[in-house]
Amino acid sequence: MKKELVELRINGRRHELAVEPSALLLDVLRQDLGLTGSKRGCDESSCGACTVLLGGVAMMSCTLLAASCEGQEITTIEGVSQHGSLAAIQKAYGDWGGAQCGYCTPGFIMTVKSLLAENRDPSEGDVRAALSSNLCRCTGYSQMYEAIRAAIAAEAHEAASPK
Amino acid sequence: MSDFSIIGKATAMVDAAEKTTGGGKYTDDLSVPGMLVGKILHSPYPHARIRRIDSSRAEKLDGVVAVVVGKDAPNPYGILPVGHDEHALALDKVRYVGDNVACVVAVSEAVAEKALELVDIEYEVLPAYFDPEESMKAHTDLIHDNKPGNLEKDYHHVFGDPDKGFAEADHIAEARFIANEVTHAAMEPHSTLASFELDPHTGKLGRLTVWSSTQVPYYLQHKLSLVLEMPMAQIRVIKPLVGGGFGGKSEVIPLEIIAAVAARKAQAPVKITYTREEVFWAHRGRPRTIIDLKTGISNDGAITAVKARVVQDGGAYCSYGVVTILYSGALLGALYDIPNIQYDGYRVLTNKPACGAMRGHGTVNVRFAFESQLDELAAKIGMDPAQIRQRNLLKPPCITVNGLRVQSYGLPECIEKTVERSGWKERRGKLPKGRGLGIACSHYVSGAANSIIRSDMPHSTVNIKIDRDGGVVVYTGASEIGQGSDTMTAQIAAEVLGCSLPRVRVIAADTDLTPIDIGSYSSRVTFMAGNATLRAAQEVKKRIAAAAAKKMNCAAEDLVFRDDLVFKRGSVPPVAKDQAEEVEVTQAGASVSGRVEGQILRGSLQQKRKEEDPKDWMTFEEGVVAAIDFHGALTGTGSYAPPPDARGGKHKGGGVGPSPAYSYSAQVAEVSVDEDTGEVTVHKVWAAHDCGRALNPVAVEGQIIGSVWMGMAQALTEEMIWNDGMLMNAGMLEYRSPSAVESPEVEPIIVESIDPEGPFGAKECSEGSLAATIPAISNAIYDAVGVRLHESPFTPERVLAALRAKKNAKSLNLTEGVDPTCPLRFREHGGSLCFKGKGPKRHALDPARRDVSSMIGGAD
Repeated sequence: MKKELVELRINGRRHELAVEPSALLLDVLRQDLGLTGSKRGCDESSCGACTVLLGGVAMMSCTLLAASCEGQEITTIEGVSQHGSLAAIQKAYGDWGGAQCGYCTPGFIMTVKSLLAENRDPSEGDVRAALSSNLCRCTGYSQMYEAIRAAIAAEAHEAASPK
Repeated sequence: MSDFSIIGKATAMVDAAEKTTGGGKYTDDLSVPGMLVGKILHSPYPHARIRRIDSSRAEKLDGVVAVVVGKDAPNPYGILPVGHDEHALALDKVRYVGDNVACVVAVSEAVAEKALELVDIEYEVLPAYFDPEESMKAHTDLIHDNKPGNLEKDYHHVFGDPDKGFAEADHIAEARFIANEVTHAAMEPHSTLASFELDPHTGKLGRLTVWSSTQVPYYLQHKLSLVLEMPMAQIRVIKPLVGGGFGGKSEVIPLEIIAAVAARKAQAPVKITYTREEVFWAHRGRPRTIIDLKTGISNDGAITAVKARVVQDGGAYCSYGVVTILYSGALLGALYDIPNIQYDGYRVLTNKPACGAMRGHGTVNVRFAFESQLDELAAKIGMDPAQIRQRNLLKPPCITVNGLRVQSYGLPECIEKTVERSGWKERRGKLPKGRGLGIACSHYVSGAANSIIRSDMPHSTVNIKIDRDGGVVVYTGASEIGQGSDTMTAQIAAEVLGCSLPRVRVIAADTDLTPIDIGSYSSRVTFMAGNATLRAAQEVKKRIAAAAAKKMNCAAEDLVFRDDLVFKRGSVPPVAKDQAEEVEVTQAGASVSGRVEGQILRGSLQQKRKEEDPKDWMTFEEGVVAAIDFHGALTGTGSYAPPPDARGGKHKGGGVGPSPAYSYSAQVAEVSVDEDTGEVTVHKVWAAHDCGRALNPVAVEGQIIGSVWMGMAQALTEEMIWNDGMLMNAGMLEYRSPSAVESPEVEPIIVESIDPEGPFGAKECSEGSLAATIPAISNAIYDAVGVRLHESPFTPERVLAALRAKKNAKSLNLTEGVDPTCPLRFREHGGSLCFKGKGPKRHALDPARRDVSSMIGGAD
């Protein structure tokens, strides 16, 4: 298939790329751009390891056509830690054991980002419902809830403290 | 007060940031210049002879570099020395749907997939065996010619006098239990990248480097050497981050060998990554197990005898099978005091993907049967199920009737704590209808006392090097697979050396750099690699102490290493005023400001300190500098081999089961059962686990929760569904791995029995908890609705059938009339049966397959 020129905005940067119309966003991220933080776990939108934010909404990049994402802001896990320091959720996942093997972690963090953007104070039920789009085989999810609570508290603390 | 400064404190994994930022590299994230992609062609038949392979059309396709077949690497291999029955690619026969037939190496995945369809193979289909008990009756068309009756291995053990034990019993229960097959389904699909260097002397392919998602880099190096006929020294295996293993990466998986063979034939680096479907076919999970169990007890609840006949549906190759069937028998011992045991184990070959080691290797399914039966017997004599377990405790230190040495034994405390925390005594029997509590116990080895390759080699060796600025580098072959191996290593080194954690850098699992460690399996890393790290650190510490003592005019034994300081015992390091600030920073650790400690005392300050004497204390770096000045270099080595008295009995097969230490677990599960639908919901599990000493409590709790969760999944939803050797649910959703919504709350309770031989008293914590969860749930179901389930998983169908049987109602066949070759629910799901070009063709009757074969066969 003949490649087409597309322009993708990823993590605030513009990339002009020639991709096949059938190319999946996940493959473009991983293979063309070297953004290997988004993982491939299943190919069929069942595990969520490839989750990215598309215009702020969590989407699974393994079943998104790259060409269809033109004109939208794409955020990958590489765009989460800003200014050389871990975001609160990243730090909390590390501290509370939310990540064991870490393969599903980028996907989970993107899902949590999307959840917290919508709802700054989710109930446990909200968190469980949101996380159910992603699978983890290590943690049994429990320590992720603690991490998410800690991240919410850390962000609230940061917002409250004077700059 | 604990006397430790590093261990025992919740510590974030040393590689946590790599994982949470996406910066860490797993094998599939790697690429090297000129790298090609490999795709494997799998067998569409469960059992067939290969008459002819014609790859010429595939080879002609533009972009295809090579097609690899069985004769390119005909040497057999297998993880066990007694089970060398696999080939990189099938030589003459395929033995399961998904068996590896050919590999196409091409410039892209798309080209490789297209080429797979052009490889023409003529098969002669043979009768296949799918049920182990049928398979055992076979005389012709054996799966392996040297295995009569398709029997991989059988063992018959008698310990004590079982007949006498049953004669003495007041109550005997006997039943058949079935635990269906489950698989690891680690989130990271297996991936291997193999690359040869050109040899400068011969100008031909020379050294091989393999990056692979493996739990056992050293075994991989060994098997590559066998198959490729290369010396091990010419092969470098590097384990990048591994996205979960659970045993599924604890042996050499076909793609690891195929990638290397393909790289040799293509003369270019080749990467192969499995699709999720291929991961299911690669399998090596927990076999379907049929357990005929008989237990006798006396009126006071004491177990008098146990008899188990275990049949495992092992799949088409040996894999870890011989070990699995032995664990199933051996681990009847070492949990309770059982005076008489009879065990008959059969590992049977069938035409399905090979089963291997999975979390709780060998013990889980038998434990489900045993704990369920014990519960039944407790009910029979009207004893509290917790009490019958307390009635049968071991009295360690002891050697069990089947030759297992038990030293530390935290089971009594585990039972006590779960009973207390769950409100067992107050709540049991008083919950609303349909809701119940169940208890069960389990245990597991902290590493096998005997390596699978019999030798006198230590099981773990660790090197430590300390640089002049106080940076500690630990070289270990132990494989981090997400369980926290690297963090444990760093913690132990830092604790012994009395330095802060950020000073320690762990270089792990690279066979060129790190000394031999036999890998991450059978929960051996903390105990064995931990002990090796401890010893290596002690050796280095001794050298520092000798040099420091000389400078401080005292005996080396009088020095204490702690908080980045070396000081005389009893003295409080007097912090001089002008140094107060610096030392404070040193002591505070590097976590706050990102300043790298160890760089603080330098230059004039160091010079000044050098001139002062005698002194009561020095900084860690000063000690290191003194030692390097004195010895010329500062390195140390430690190794660990299990002690001879922990290596088990002398009977045939007695080498499997012994461990230097066992972990213990007791759990209470609270469930509710919907009597109309048969659906079981687990509300909460209280899980107490005796891990010896919790080196990193947050990691220990994570392992306990993860184990319980995986056990819960096997108990309720996970099951590999087969139809004529074809896996019907090869996808993460179809396999029904529980999501956050379906996962219960787990309350981990750490019990520390302080093992006399473990590093700082630590034992395993990653596997032992799994086995108790399944029977805890089945016992809770009994408590809730009064039915005993004898087959896992406890799906709504099975629960409903049991409920109807109890009421003498006619059973419902919910799957009657469903065409298994074309199950509607998979089609509707858009799931894995609707594939094209990926992996093998599913079934002769699959319409997609017919189209492809007529297309290929016709035109030319």
